[in-house]
This record gives sequence, C-alpha cells and structure tokens, in this order.
Amino acid sequence: MRRRLTLQKMLVIDPEKCTGCRLCETACSIHNEKTCEPERARIHITKWENEGIYIPIVCQQCDIPICETVCPMHAVKRDPETHAVIIDSELCVGCRLCVQFCPFGGVGVDDKTKRIIKCDLCNGEPVCVEFCQPEALQYINATTLNMRKRRAAAEKFSEHLKKMLRANY
Amino acid sequence: MVIKMVWNREILYINLSTGKISSRTVPKIIRTRYLGGRGVNMYMLFNHLTPKTDPLSPDNVLLVGAGLLAGIPCLGSGRCDIGAKSPLTGAVGDSNIGGFFAPELRFAGFDHIVITGKTSKPVYLLIKNRDIQIKDASHIWGQDTFETQKIIRQDEDDENIKSLVIGAAGENLVKFANVRTGMKNSAGRTGMGCVMGSKNLKAIAVRGTTTLEFTHPDELLEYCKQMNTMITSTRWAKAQSRWGTMIIYSNTNTTGLIRTKNFQLNQLEEGQDLEPENIDKYSIGTSGCYGCAVHCRHRYVLKEGPYAPLYGEGPEYTSLGAFGTMVNCNKMETILVANHLVNKYGVDTLETGGLIAWAMELYEKGIINDKATDGLKLEWGNEEAVYEMIRKITYREGFGNILADGFKAAITKIGSESKYYAIQIKGMSNLHSDERPTPSFALGIATSTRGADHLRSRPAIDMYGLPEELLEEVYGGHVASDYNSYDGKDRMVWWQELLYAVTDSIGVCKFQTVFCAVHAPQWKEFSNLINLTTGLNFSKNQLMEIGERIYTIERLFNSREGFSRKDDNLPERYFKEPTTLGLSAARNKKISMEKFNKMLDGYYKLHSWDSNGVPTRESLKKLDLDHEPSNLV
Repeated sequence: MRRRLTLQKMLVIDPEKCTGCRLCETACSIHNEKTCEPERARIHITKWENEGIYIPIVCQQCDIPICETVCPMHAVKRDPETHAVIIDSELCVGCRLCVQFCPFGGVGVDDKTKRIIKCDLCNGEPVCVEFCQPEALQYINATTLNMRKRRAAAEKFSEHLKKMLRANY
Repeated sequence: MVIKMVWNREILYINLSTGKISSRTVPKIIRTRYLGGRGVNMYMLFNHLTPKTDPLSPDNVLLVGAGLLAGIPCLGSGRCDIGAKSPLTGAVGDSNIGGFFAPELRFAGFDHIVITGKTSKPVYLLIKNRDIQIKDASHIWGQDTFETQKIIRQDEDDENIKSLVIGAAGENLVKFANVRTGMKNSAGRTGMGCVMGSKNLKAIAVRGTTTLEFTHPDELLEYCKQMNTMITSTRWAKAQSRWGTMIIYSNTNTTGLIRTKNFQLNQLEEGQDLEPENIDKYSIGTSGCYGCAVHCRHRYVLKEGPYAPLYGEGPEYTSLGAFGTMVNCNKMETILVANHLVNKYGVDTLETGGLIAWAMELYEKGIINDKATDGLKLEWGNEEAVYEMIRKITYREGFGNILADGFKAAITKIGSESKYYAIQIKGMSNLHSDERPTPSFALGIATSTRGADHLRSRPAIDMYGLPEELLEEVYGGHVASDYNSYDGKDRMVWWQELLYAVTDSIGVCKFQTVFCAVHAPQWKEFSNLINLTTGLNFSKNQLMEIGERIYTIERLFNSREGFSRKDDNLPERYFKEPTTLGLSAARNKKISMEKFNKMLDGYYKLHSWDSNGVPTRESLKKLDLDHEPSNLV
C-alpha cells in the first residue's frame, strides 16, 4: 500500500559538508546512553580515510519502512509527533531482519545490551544536528528541502541559459 | 562488567625487549598533580630516565598519553601527547597530535602507554581492549605512513582501527622523524618517530569498545555545546574553518613577519600564490579532528602535473613557510607536493624546511658547494631540489644524511662558519616566523623547553593591539598593548606556557583556547569541563599551579641534562640584522640584547626560578616537586 509522504521535518544528510569529526556520534551516544561510546551511537560516519570521503549514515525514517515490512512481530511503530520510526522493545524478539534488510544501514545492534537500536530523532530535537557545525546534518521541513533542491537545480539550469544567451550575442 | 570512569583508566607498560606487558590504574594523586596527556608524560619522562640516557638506546622511554578530557564532544578533544628524550636536542622530547587515536585508546580502557626496550625485528603493537599483542611488522616495514595504516585496517578487517605510525624517516632514524595518524595528523617535533624507529616499532594500532563514563553526562553535553558555540563565534575560528591555519599567512606576510630565504628577508614579496584563498581550486572540503567544530584542514587533490594524481590533507601554515617562504618558492603547488612528501615519509615539515633553507643559504654563500650537495643545485626557489632533498634526508642519502641528524650534528660536520646562518635553538629549527618585531614571540621560542618552538607559549593575541585593561584582566598584570614593546611580555609568555601545559594535558586543541582569540575558553571553562567530565574540582589557581608544575618538571629534566640560561637564547642574527621589509611596525626591527635579557630575568622570576633559569628549592617545595623522582607510576 502506498502511503502519502509526510511533510514532517526530516534529518537531511549532506556528505559533501561532513568533516568527519564524529561530534554527531559522540553527542548521540552521550544523549542516548549517558556514556561516551560512539560505537553505540545511532549515527555513524563511514570513512574512506585515504581518499578523504566521509559519509554519515543514519535511519532515513522512510515513509514505507522496510524494517516495518520485514518485522514479524509488528514491533516497528511510528511516533505520532515526529513521525520517527520507533522500535517497541517490548515486542522486539531480536531477529535482526530489520538490520539485514535496511538499505541504509539505519538499524543496528547494540553490542552491550544486545538490543536493536536506531535513531528516534530525539523527540524532534536531534542532538547530532545541534552539534554539527558544518551543517552536514540538518533537521528541516521536507518542503524546505524540496525548495532548496529546486533552487540548486535552477541555478545549474540558469548557467546553461546564460551560456546560450551569450552564444547568441 | 566494571565501568571505568575517566580518571581511573589505566597505564599500559610494554617492554619490547622482554615482551612483558602489564598495566595499572592512573593513581588519583597523579591526576590531581598532572591531569593527563603531556603532564603525566612529562612526570614519567623525568622519573623513568636516568640522566644522560642515549635517546636511541633501548633505555629511552616512548610515552603516549591521551588527555584527561579525551572523548568529550568539544574543543577538539582528540589530542594525544607523545614524549621521550629527544634524539634531536637531547632535551625534553614532546609532541602533540590530533586526529582520532587518543579517544580510541581511551575507549580501549587505557590513557597512557609506556614503551621501553627494543625488539630485534620490526613489530607493531595491537591493542583491542584488553587484548594486547606485539605483532610481526615485516610486511609493513618500508611502507609509507598512509599505506601502513590502511594495511593494518585490512589485516584486522576493522575500518575503525586507529594507528600511530612511522614512515621511512622513522625507520632510517632521521633525528626529526615524526609519528603520524590519519592522512594529516603528525606529532611533528623533537623526533618522536626516530625514537619509535629505534625500538623497531612500526605502529601502535588500537581499537576500543569499552564504556567510558562521564560524571555529569547531561550537563556535560549541554556545556560542550556552549563551548563549541563560544569558539566558533570567534572571527579567528570562522576564518580557520574556511581556510585552515594558512589564514595566518595573509596577516603575517603582509605585515612582514615571515622569514624568507632562510632569514635574509621578512616577507615573500612575490607570495600572492601562497594566499590561503588559492587552496580553493584544489580543495574538496575540510576535515576535522575528533570532537572539533572548527575543522581547520583542507582535503586537497592535485589533478595535473608530474605529481598527479595526488590526495593530501592540509597544508598547515607551517608548510607555507617550510616549502614556501624559507626556500623562496612561491607556488601553492610546490607546497602541496612537498607537504604530501613529508607526510608520506613521516618527517617533520618544519625541521625539514628549516634545514633545507639553511643549506640553500650556505650554498649561496659558498660555504657548501656542488660537491657537498651531490651536484644538487640548492638555489632559492628550486622546488625540484626541495623535493629531492626531502627524499635524500628521509633515506639518508649523501648530503641528506648530513642534514638528517639535525642542526647540531650538521653544523659540526659542515663547519663552524655555518652556525651563524642556522635559525635554531637548543638544536631545533624555528618556525618560519620572524620574531624580530615581536619580543613576546622571541622570548617564547628562546625559553621553550623543547627547543625553538611556537607551540609552548605563543601569545598570538599580542598582535591585536588589545586594550591594556583587557590584557591586564587576562594576564593578571600589566602587559603593553604594542607588539613591538618588551613591557610585560615576560608575563605574557609565562602565562601562556602555563595555559598550554594544561591544554596539552587535558588534551584539547590549542587553537580552541587563548591562542589567537582572547574570548576563547581558558581556565574557568577548563575547570568546568574537568568537573563535569571527571568530578574532580580545580580552581583557576590550582590549574595554573598544575601548569607551573608541568613546566617546571620539564625544566628540571633539561637542567639535569645540562641546559640552563645559556640555552635560552636567540640565534645571533636576531640581535645583529634588522628586518628590511613589511609595514612600519615590522620594518627595521631587531631584538635588543639588553632588553631581551631583562625580559628573561622577569620571566624566570615569574616562574620562581633562579637567575640561571634553574628552579629554586622553595619553588620546588611549593609545587610538591622537592622529592622527585618519586616513581609513583
């Protein structure tokens, strides 16, 4: 069944701006676990160090969550306020199908508690975003994102137009 | 499972000769007296070594220490301190490195590593939480510093392993070989890579997944956010985020504070291409160390030219001097290539550039000729000669072998007339800064415990002409606003030395404290961070006392090795040759011997050392240093 896309705020990643500092991972783990263990954070920066490529990986809070589709226990719910995809730990049996099938690597297993963990958008105030100085992580409205993408596309298009116009003179 | 708080993490002892591995908790008394990082390292350096130990013998000790605040989400808390007796100077060897190693070490449960002895074959150390192995390194010996790290990650099938490594320079015992991690971070100064090489230790690799608890996690998180805002709201950090430390070049070259052609000029007049904006055409973005909101280095790509394709990180302001102004090269590409080469080989950018610039001046003056340089034309601006010299130094080939032992040995080999041209103190090259117009900077490089160096004390805010009321508030006494003045500059240097000693011991970045921004975090903020992280309480005065203790134990180490006032001096040229270029405040300036000596007297008094620069009995008693060595750890 196709759902209507929500126009909620979303956590947007811009890998080109990421500096690889791991402030997001650290802040996430302190916020969620009260300890400093980036290993247990809900967000991780994947690096190709020798090539200088850094990509933050976190749950995309899909409108049709694959984790929900594959969960045999119907443990995957949605927060009515933030629309974050939440795992009900009472129902979860730890089959890890969600970990296996998520195409974004957004669901993980906590090595300490042996439970499934994932980003819950910190009740609508994601701590990682507050710590991300270069704004590689932003929590913005989907329509805002849409508008920015449109603007970026238009700018590229306008460059072509300008070239064409110049060619005519 | 035992949860380890911050302050009771462990010290790991490794004897490479016997293979014995042991560990013990960092005692609280050591924490309260020395904090961590550099402080604890310097305590151990003084305690573990007997006087006159040969720096390259198995008896020298290699110390690796995470700062007390390693892991917190602010101020670039990933700083790691590496110490040993310096093979370059014979004095305190100590170098601080950013990146991701220190937090990873701490996640493994350790704050310090103490390495003694020497193995017969190349090895590397692998630490995975409490699983510690000394492993064969024959397959990575000879690899460059980038590949070495990559191979270790591949061998262990773990991309999160962080390593401290040496390159060919460390393997070949170049006296100023460095220790490196990541693509760019280097513990550059005082030859710590040479000590590592002398132990046949190619790398220290670490992976940690233990729990690290902070005393007040929620409050700490909130406070760290404030700290990040505090630093990123300064103009300095904003500029640094955009252009890296290269931004300093814009100011110093315009003013006339950059030594050019070794020490002949104080400005590179045709230096436009080295302006930081010109990095943009090579940059694919910036990169940050652990826990840093400033991210001061560029990730750059060279797509064209004989050295392409090439990926590198940086360059720092230092390299703009080392392979730019000092050797009179005025192209950004030269800097990018040379920076990549020194990083690859694992050799200190600053020392290498300083030595090559000196050799070029000797070549110009006819003190050395083509025969001495193996036919290499060491002419100003000859970038190919610079690249070749970097390689020759690294592999100790011909003339490179002479420079590879540093200034002291090279002066002996080349002859005494070469000494006048050497811009070095205690055997270590100075930065490419020209301190003749700035007495505070000059005093700082003269007194630095590790030889000519700006990172022990540089009061860069002296350049801003700040109101004297504000300076008095910061430094606790009168300091003249004019950077040409000698008045109060002893106080400025003394205060910065204490602040940086503590900064290096809590393991945050110097650029995020009172270095270039007067409103950046300092004592009060450090005190709050330590409390929220560890539960330990220190007042501003107590932290200053710890800074004084750390600086004094370094001084004690040097005194024991025979250093004193005679070594706290500037190269002769600072007193004899006035500057010729730049703005009026920088032009026609030289250091007055009389005023310099007066400033030095004042500086010793502030430290409570005697007029020969030796700590007095009373000052040692006050700092609980009167029973050293106490051998607590």
